[in-house]
Amino acid sequence: MMENGETRRSMHKIPMREQDPALRRSNFREVPFGYSDGEAKDEAARCLQCRKPLCIEGCPVNVQIPQFIGLVAKGEFAAAARTIKETNALPAVCGRVCPQEEQCELQCVLGKKGSPVAIGNLERFVADYERDNGLVVTPQVKPRNGKRVAIAGSGPAGLTCAGELAGQGFDVTIFEALHEAGGVLVYGIPEFRLPKAIVRAEVGYLERLGVKIEKNFVVGRTATIDELMEEGYDAVFVGSGAGLPSFLGVKGENGIGVYSANEYLTRSNLMRAFADDATTPIMRGKRVITVGGGNVAMDAARTALRLGAEPSTVVYRRSEAEMPARRAEIHHAREEGVEFRLLCTPTEILADDTGRVTGISCIRMELGAPDASGRRRPVPVAGSEFTIDGDVVVVAVGNSPNPLIPNTAPDIATSKRGGILADEKTGRTSKRRVYAGGDIVTGAATVILAMGAGKVAARSIIEDLQ
Amino acid sequence: MAKILRKEVLAERVYRYRLDAPRIAKKRRPGQFIILRPVQNSERIPLTIADADATAGWIDIIFQVVGRTTVLLSMLNGGDNILDLVGPLGQPTHIETFGRCLCIGGGVGIAPLYPIARGLRDAGNDVVTIIGARTQSLLILRSDFESVSSELHVTTDDGTSGRKGFVSNVFQELADKGEKFNVAFVIGPVMMMKVTAQLTLAAGIKTYVSLNPIMVDGTGMCGGCRVTVDGRTRFACVEGPEFDAAGIDWNEMAKRLTSYRGFETESLEKHECELEKAVKE
Repeated sequence: MMENGETRRSMHKIPMREQDPALRRSNFREVPFGYSDGEAKDEAARCLQCRKPLCIEGCPVNVQIPQFIGLVAKGEFAAAARTIKETNALPAVCGRVCPQEEQCELQCVLGKKGSPVAIGNLERFVADYERDNGLVVTPQVKPRNGKRVAIAGSGPAGLTCAGELAGQGFDVTIFEALHEAGGVLVYGIPEFRLPKAIVRAEVGYLERLGVKIEKNFVVGRTATIDELMEEGYDAVFVGSGAGLPSFLGVKGENGIGVYSANEYLTRSNLMRAFADDATTPIMRGKRVITVGGGNVAMDAARTALRLGAEPSTVVYRRSEAEMPARRAEIHHAREEGVEFRLLCTPTEILADDTGRVTGISCIRMELGAPDASGRRRPVPVAGSEFTIDGDVVVVAVGNSPNPLIPNTAPDIATSKRGGILADEKTGRTSKRRVYAGGDIVTGAATVILAMGAGKVAARSIIEDLQ
Repeated sequence: MAKILRKEVLAERVYRYRLDAPRIAKKRRPGQFIILRPVQNSERIPLTIADADATAGWIDIIFQVVGRTTVLLSMLNGGDNILDLVGPLGQPTHIETFGRCLCIGGGVGIAPLYPIARGLRDAGNDVVTIIGARTQSLLILRSDFESVSSELHVTTDDGTSGRKGFVSNVFQELADKGEKFNVAFVIGPVMMMKVTAQLTLAAGIKTYVSLNPIMVDGTGMCGGCRVTVDGRTRFACVEGPEFDAAGIDWNEMAKRLTSYRGFETESLEKHECELEKAVKE
């Protein structure tokens, strides 16, 4: 805030107001309410407008952060949103699900003494402001250049790649396997963290840029990559994601009531099993056990609460410090009443005679020496087995690249882990005019890294086709 | 969207729809399936492609009304659109010149068996078929099978058509007569497949079955369709739906199919009530 021309900055960022945990644990509405205009301006005024902004370097898509924050401070919210959109087509999504604390905000100079500028909160604010006030304008795209690009998958990587190319005059078609566009943004991330109306709005923005979306089309099955090329596509970008769930490999894992997190979340998010008017069933377990410590595990455990679980328990083999989930997600889950059983791992999933799950058998773990990931390796404590009662078990221990496209395009080189090999700097694969990016290359990672990869590939496509 | 070109009632609660789906018709091979969502907010359900014409651009699906989604599907008519249709999914049937092939179908499982029998015949095989149903009114595709089989045996549980008994009984008789087959394809309800495959395997015949577990996305993403084959978890939607019958954990498969049984009957009853009400009004 400015007083007599002198800047007195708060050491701490302005928190976003949120739904009361006691209320939100039983509804699917979004948890944070977002900033008011005044809060946004005040938070933006904290930005030092560094001459050499490190925050931009921390952003995989290089959003012009000080520039947009400067506009927010002046109250020019829609202009701020347009500034972000020059480099990031999905600001309302990124403002919500990016791990800013590890990226732009980590680099912020203010973070050295207090808390960094709440870049993510501000990004979310301006995107919401622009959309809610009907101020979204479709930018002028370059005249059509006659080149056609096919994109496999409408998740963050595919959407970003499509947006970049459409802006440059390419004729872009996204092929999506499911009946709704958005990939993990619609099937994976729950409504209370990312409302689907927002995803639809951001996808709609891309459609207005000229991107065509063909749903219910499985690249590799409905048509292979070679067939798409024969149909006249000049290049193909593969962004088909990490849709292959890992399981624990313990006895009883195919019991009734054992879900992969993908299935559990897809039933709730994409198929809206939580809603009265939807017909897709989901087991509303009374006692739900979620195995894993990442963001997906938090999403599953919090979804379980909202579907009526009592208790909803997270079982994780290391301690809280090693959990890969964002701190904010762990905090939200705990506030809502998710219980954590740390340093233990399932050894068997127990079931009754009809095959229905009754609980899990666990063993306690202790932390040994660091492993390849740099985290201390969990080691079982002999003789420490115990059981946890439960009627639904959600396995959220990771995803590998979906093998469907690699299997149907054997001339694309893949890694040992089944991902497509693509040059990090160009997105090019071993197959001419085929590019890849996002989780299909890296294995399960973040929305923003996938977006960064989509952007890198788009640049190569522009270079190679022009 | 896929337009329903033709709607036929094949048996009580069993329908055949011809759908306008040129891409799928062109690409599909015997043994593959589609997933559809008839209307907004309904479930995604897998159905085998019962027949197709690549030139004319249509596929046929055959389904039995068993739950809310199939009720909704059955309420659509020729000229209506199916909201979402995706495919072809799964691995095609491995078809080669085997020699003498045995096709055994039970109930609505007769529908997915037909394209396989036809594919085998087209590849120059001699096809012997056994089809069975609870009763004559539920027996489907008899004439279709007549045209692709060198021998067709029909059974009904109650003897209203063909011989009385089960398809497994007919197979046993053929085996007892010393008839030899190079390969068998068995499709039907889980218990029928389990019992029949036990007999064909015991007779030393390589046997394939087509599984119909619970599915959501059909691309290997959810893992809801997992089945244990030879002690390994496999995803039927991308690695199946056909597997070598010898290694299948039938008990687990049967149990998993009951996952939502409560939901299905409840939703069907509720929906039929609503339907009746709507009709009265």
